[in-house]
Amino acid sequence: MPVTIFFLTFLAVIAGWWLLQQRLHAKPWLEEGVIGEFDGTGAMDMPAAKIGLGLFLAVVGTLFALLISAYFMRMGYADWQNIRVPQILWLNTGALAASSIALQTAQSAVYRRHIDGVRSRLIVAGAFGVLFLAGQFWAWHELTDSGFLLASNPSNSFFYLITGLHGLHVIGGMAALGWVTDRAWRSQTAEPLRLPVEMCTLYWHFLLFVWIVLFSLLTGWADEFGAICRQLLT
Amino acid sequence: MVDATHGGMGTIPAAEVPDVELYHPHSWIEKYVFSQDAKYIAIQYSITALAIGLVALVLSWLIRLQLGFPGVFTFIDADHYYQFITMHGMIMVIYLLTALFLGGFGNYLIPLMIGARDMVFPFVNMLSYWVYLLAVLVLAASFFMPGGPTGAGWTLYPPQAILSGTPGQQWGIILMLISLIIFIIGFTMGGLNYVVTVLQARARGMTLMRMPLTVWGIFTATILALLAFPALLVANIMMLFDKLLGTSFFMPAIVELGQQMSYRGGSPILFQHLFWFFGHPEVYIVALPAFGIVSDLIATHARRNIFGYRMMVWAIVAIAALSFVVWAHHMYVSGMNPNFGFFFATTTLIIAIPTAIKVYNWILTLWRGNIHLNVPMLFALGFIVTFVNGGLSGLFLGNVVVDVPLSDTMFVVAHFHMVMGVAPIMVIFGAIYHWYPKITGRMMDEGLGKFHFWVTFLGAYLIYFPMHYLGLLGVPRRYHDLGTTDFIPPNVATLNEFITVMALIVGFAQMVFLYNLFTSVWKGKLAGGNPWRATTLEWQTPQTPPAHGNFGKDLPVVYRWAYDYSVPGAKEDFIPQNQPPSAATA
Repeated sequence: MPVTIFFLTFLAVIAGWWLLQQRLHAKPWLEEGVIGEFDGTGAMDMPAAKIGLGLFLAVVGTLFALLISAYFMRMGYADWQNIRVPQILWLNTGALAASSIALQTAQSAVYRRHIDGVRSRLIVAGAFGVLFLAGQFWAWHELTDSGFLLASNPSNSFFYLITGLHGLHVIGGMAALGWVTDRAWRSQTAEPLRLPVEMCTLYWHFLLFVWIVLFSLLTGWADEFGAICRQLLT
Repeated sequence: MVDATHGGMGTIPAAEVPDVELYHPHSWIEKYVFSQDAKYIAIQYSITALAIGLVALVLSWLIRLQLGFPGVFTFIDADHYYQFITMHGMIMVIYLLTALFLGGFGNYLIPLMIGARDMVFPFVNMLSYWVYLLAVLVLAASFFMPGGPTGAGWTLYPPQAILSGTPGQQWGIILMLISLIIFIIGFTMGGLNYVVTVLQARARGMTLMRMPLTVWGIFTATILALLAFPALLVANIMMLFDKLLGTSFFMPAIVELGQQMSYRGGSPILFQHLFWFFGHPEVYIVALPAFGIVSDLIATHARRNIFGYRMMVWAIVAIAALSFVVWAHHMYVSGMNPNFGFFFATTTLIIAIPTAIKVYNWILTLWRGNIHLNVPMLFALGFIVTFVNGGLSGLFLGNVVVDVPLSDTMFVVAHFHMVMGVAPIMVIFGAIYHWYPKITGRMMDEGLGKFHFWVTFLGAYLIYFPMHYLGLLGVPRRYHDLGTTDFIPPNVATLNEFITVMALIVGFAQMVFLYNLFTSVWKGKLAGGNPWRATTLEWQTPQTPPAHGNFGKDLPVVYRWAYDYSVPGAKEDFIPQNQPPSAATA
């Protein structure tokens, strides 16, 4: 659980930092009157959808933090044997990173109001996304072919569970990306694409970050850290 | 307006929050069935929650009949008994309390109280209800599957939850896990809405510190739920893998009916950590909205500003933060390291401080108030008493040395029913009587309401007080039939009979409540826009019940906090939040 607690502490710091700007020390019973006389009172300078996405990322982050916690705890039992991760995961990581970069450039194309650039880069990002998913599927295939089945070792079980849940989030993102791409082909200007592309980019960077963390977990680089976390709990 | 798409975390002055574009329904179905109006969604949530809650109520009668008169009702065999307690617990905690407080009251009150036209993502909000309904239907379906619903206990502890010997082992447990997963997905949709609406859609002048405590409570509880439910989701998915795909996340090597199973090495304790990482915040997911609502009920019906508003807000935030670091106090008997228990006992007892602050503030709000003992107020007072009671027995159980002997007794049952069963339900009833005139335009019957209150309140005490005593005697919980045991004196059976009779009477009073609830829609006397003479924005709407868009042509502008009751020098004993300063004292 320490990993989850760390993550929630991180969220708490953000929430606390925000709350500090909300004048929680105000004495509302004395502050009768029109708005504008008191600062720190309004909505955030950000569209609601983006805040909603930010919050959703916090929820998804918690989900993966909990999975990592469970992974570390389960790892401490005698039957655990680290899985040998398929080499293709390296390529997949590259594909996801390329997808993320493509979206970043799509976002700057939006800022330059260059609609053709946005369209082509969205397509590239989508293609790399598909490549990533196909690669993940290939990795599963390779593992099952060489006898690393879901239930044969807890490490395997976690591998399929974690890559599967991450993959589901990528698939959800692909649906959103498909919708944005469709809009990009219908739209004459880049302006209406600004928010959707920004949101896709943010989500993609987040998924890439989560993937890198999960990947380092699955390769066993984080084993030492896991041992420390286990010690804290017992 | 400023460029809202590219900025950082700056704030728009409250005066410049733009009015939102509202979705207008095009057909009858879009208006009443697949409605995107938070008020309809709230009513849909509430009716569904009450309906499935009624099932849980009937289950509680059956549980009590077996405990009070063991052997008389032969159809309640051990299997059925375990199925009943499991479904009773799970329905009450998740599908009734959580759904009603957040999906029901959250949807109805957030937009109206903060002066918004609707939730910020109405479509997702609609989806949230239908996903919730699906979760309820999947859960209800488990009653009709071969083997019946699961009897694993509401905590669903592995390994027993998925082994034979536990009723509902074939289908019940699978449907339960799937239903919870669906519920969490649906809740997340709604929850994102509630939080972002509070953040971004407040009316002009509605600063965070001018929000009614009801909104604070629901807002904070929603954040809590958004971050706690993933733990249940992870636990459920992993258990589903164990059950269906033969993994060993939670399942140790185990022999079932003389057969060595293929599981090996899994950790049931891991499940407990995940479950309670959700399970403890869940208590506050239910309690925080109750805290908020009861503050508003007390202030309104005692005609007095809430005492220590700032402290109330800080306490809500503090309780929410602390609730994430106490989960293992549910696991003292799991064989954990004693030092670990010490840490969790400390954090548990620390929570008593902000909670006690809230209780003192409620009492000090009442002090020298002009107390109107109408039905909402009676229920609010009933909440304070029952909550203090359940909270105090919580202090007992928070200590490792006291918890260990009491853990498997009826004392625990009495404690958590008092603190998170009776107390929040009191608030739900109070809130229904309080906001019913706004929702329907008519008052509920006062006489029947008072009957409902007194029978429920006194009855709850007569049920749960003796139950503490049973626990201290060592009467174990979860037993289908006590049989003859040396350490259990014969008067336990008499007391159990008494409790059962009381439970049936309290259950009957709820039928009176339902009768009142449904017949008042057309029989109740007309309420007018603001029958309680309350300050908050939902009572200032141009129409009652509020029309689509809530506030007519112009959104309200807020000039003051939510608790200007009995202000010296004011014309009336309440000043609505949207009344400009000059008009209030003229």
